[in-house]
Amino acid sequence: MEPDKNPKSSMWQIFFGDPVRAFGVVSLLLLISLAIAPAKNHFSEWRHYQQQYLTLIRGRGDAVTLQRHLQSGIQQIWLPDLGVVDRCTTCHVGLKEASLADVSSQPFRRHPVIPHKLDEFGCVTCHRGQGAATTVEEAHRSTLAWEQPILPARYVEASCGQCHRAALAGTPQLNLGRNLLGRYGCVHCHTVKLPDGGAMKATDDPPSLSHIVDKTTREWVYAWLKDPQAYAVSATMPNFKLSDPDARDISGFLIANSTALPGDTATLPASKAPPDPTAAASLYGESFCASCHAVQNAAGNVVGGDVGPELTRVGSKVKPEWLQSWLRNPRAYDAETAMPHYRLSDQQASLLSAYLENKTDSDLLANVHLDAATPEQIAHGKTLVTEYGCAACHEISGIKKPENFAPELTRIGSKPITQLVFLAGMPHTLPDYISAKIRQPRSFGAALKMPQFSFAPAQVDAVTTALLSLTDRGQNLPRSLTVPVPQVSDYQPAGKAGKLMADLACFSCHAINGRGGDMAPDLTWEGSSVQRPWLQAFLKNPNTLRPALIRRMPRFNLSDGDINELTDYIMTVYQAPAFDRDSMPASGYPAAQVEQGRQLFYAKYACQSCHIVNTKTDKGYVGPTLTQVGSRLNAAWIYNWLKNPQALRPGVIEPNFNMSDEDARALTAFLMTQRNSGKQEAKK
Amino acid sequence: MSRSSLWVSVIGIVVLLLGGCAKQSASPATPKPTAFGATLVESSGGKQIGATGTVLGQSVVVQVNDEQGNAVPGALVEFSGPVGVSFDPPAGLTDSSGQLSTNVALGVIAARYQITASTLTKAQQKVELKLEEMALGYQEQVGHQLDEKYCVRCHNPESTPERVSNYDNLETKPHAFTEGDTLNKMSDADLSAIIGHGGPALNKSALMPPYGYTLSKTEIQALLAYIRLISDPPYQGSGMLYVQK
Repeated sequence: MEPDKNPKSSMWQIFFGDPVRAFGVVSLLLLISLAIAPAKNHFSEWRHYQQQYLTLIRGRGDAVTLQRHLQSGIQQIWLPDLGVVDRCTTCHVGLKEASLADVSSQPFRRHPVIPHKLDEFGCVTCHRGQGAATTVEEAHRSTLAWEQPILPARYVEASCGQCHRAALAGTPQLNLGRNLLGRYGCVHCHTVKLPDGGAMKATDDPPSLSHIVDKTTREWVYAWLKDPQAYAVSATMPNFKLSDPDARDISGFLIANSTALPGDTATLPASKAPPDPTAAASLYGESFCASCHAVQNAAGNVVGGDVGPELTRVGSKVKPEWLQSWLRNPRAYDAETAMPHYRLSDQQASLLSAYLENKTDSDLLANVHLDAATPEQIAHGKTLVTEYGCAACHEISGIKKPENFAPELTRIGSKPITQLVFLAGMPHTLPDYISAKIRQPRSFGAALKMPQFSFAPAQVDAVTTALLSLTDRGQNLPRSLTVPVPQVSDYQPAGKAGKLMADLACFSCHAINGRGGDMAPDLTWEGSSVQRPWLQAFLKNPNTLRPALIRRMPRFNLSDGDINELTDYIMTVYQAPAFDRDSMPASGYPAAQVEQGRQLFYAKYACQSCHIVNTKTDKGYVGPTLTQVGSRLNAAWIYNWLKNPQALRPGVIEPNFNMSDEDARALTAFLMTQRNSGKQEAKK
Repeated sequence: MSRSSLWVSVIGIVVLLLGGCAKQSASPATPKPTAFGATLVESSGGKQIGATGTVLGQSVVVQVNDEQGNAVPGALVEFSGPVGVSFDPPAGLTDSSGQLSTNVALGVIAARYQITASTLTKAQQKVELKLEEMALGYQEQVGHQLDEKYCVRCHNPESTPERVSNYDNLETKPHAFTEGDTLNKMSDADLSAIIGHGGPALNKSALMPPYGYTLSKTEIQALLAYIRLISDPPYQGSGMLYVQK
């Protein structure tokens, strides 16, 4: 310290030697310090961007308009209801300028067209980040004091999901993610409470394991546990990465624990004649099994519906005696199954069963050799089943469904990053954390129970998006801003017909009164729509209405009594309230009106682009064939349908032509003359 | 003594900090090719329609072949694209069947994106394969859904296993929405009129029905935005033309 003292004291002498000079110096320091604030303001980032914007718009055709729109200074959107104080528009000055479509550099890009106004929702509601900040760093990235960084664009649909709880046309990724959360059974283990009081429900319907000893072998259970996707690529069951002994013990326990169910296995005929492969394949086709079940083809593509399980290797799984019984009446084994009770003859059942048993994979069970399970192994298996929470998804007799088995995810989208444990080398953001957890859950610790799911990268992003939509903001939104999910109906048809409809699983494909699938037409008002004799004939032998469809109504081999029961019920109960189905005659229309209808059909409305009336000239493939529509539909239904199709079946693609009453009447008259002429020329 | 130790620690901290920075910015090294091909072909994943900023539904798979058309395993393929497009992985060696698959995330602007896969031949010549992908914004996404529901059966000549095209059954052939040569010449107002009031509104075929009483104005707008985006050659816009630098 010694050598420094002299120069320092001389400096002191120069500046503060005499009082006047000292006063001058102090005043100068004060002035400088006073100048810092305006200088800082003058050189701030946002001023720089506003200047840059002026340079950008100079020379554009609409520079004057753009400049007039520009408001200089700090801008703010304040929405107390949403807790939004956003100054983003201070730098993002061109958000609302449609003419800046060609500008790709930020912060001047215009905002893509969305259904919401910027001034009503602000920016952070969707993009997150710190709305009040006025520097790039503070607004976009997380800092020590602020946790919320900008949500990357690839997950931005999550923000729509905060208010919109139902599927939206413009958010396919969010829709897919929510779908996957249900379909892969995530919400069996993780509770997701919805703000309206309910909870997210799984849609996968995992089978009960209480009676699997009837259905399959321990070897198959073992192979399935080891790698579900090796059996069926489209299987939603995750891989628990079990060791060989663990899989051995669990399979031992599940088989030992399950009990035989009386009546769910058939006695097979002693001698089995080899089935005719063509007849078997055509029965599989005629029964439209592929509408619900998929099969992997030679090219590796999974083709078919996803209502039921994939059948590529089903022969390696099920026992023949169980399969025959299942095909004859699936409800004997599982009363709640989505599979219809087909009423196959014994000969048909054995034909179909033999066809399915041939779908095997010799590799699947080739290396599975299990000795009989010891009591210790079975006991260990039970412990493992409890530990892994198998009963969270599957019904297993003697094991209770665990409550709150995995962390609740109700507010996962707002989880502070200080509460997360990141892996080395991983970006410290919530989306990265969630997507890593979905991609490889066990990478966060070998002892973790969460299994490995078989998601493709786009699916991982979709699930991440769906989870990111579960935010504090979403939970606390004012009611007026939320768009709730339409109420799910638990409609049950009554009486004997109701039992029949449950037995035939009509709701797996058709919706009635808000409940049911969307594979086939909504039947809520079917009684007003069709004529009784047609419905009876159709239930007996469904013919082709829509030639372009690959998923069609199967033949259930119903008895005449059952057909009458169903027809009576449908004709009486499922009537549209808007009109009387008998208010217009089925025939007797004047020839001139019929002719006028024909003209309108072919010329003014060009209905032949989608429908066929004359099989020789018309080719339209989109709507149902109308060759016999006069025997199929009621005149009043046709008339009201022509007036407004969407009123009778919401969402139907036939456009509303805003037809005059006169035109609709003439077309109805023409269509009612299209009758069953004896020979079935419509059949294709 | 204390001062020198201070300097040592300061230098130490600086070195550590720099080391930390270097570690973060280091990108994974591209692997060394063990073989070289002659051509690069697309196996799958081109011409997909995705959403802006998101990963495409299917991976992009390319294959390296030699002069005889046999697959070449172990060849290095690198992917590149415009700003905002990212690849996972951005480069790699082809597998035993000569293929490399990458997941593509498109940029945040709704547009067509051209991505390039490249590989080197034995003579160190660069061989390129260009693929096109589409990113839809919110509005175009809505339009795309409407197209899939209402329009595609007639306006797309291609059939899929799930959907038989009605194109061949129509006497007057509808224009595919990608037909830029025709559709780009029509104004937004004309296209809206045809969608809303049917073909006869512009003296065209009545086979095109009116959708103005079925779709809302916003929906027709969305459909239009989608048609404009997918048009090939690209739609230039009817707005003002600017003085570009």
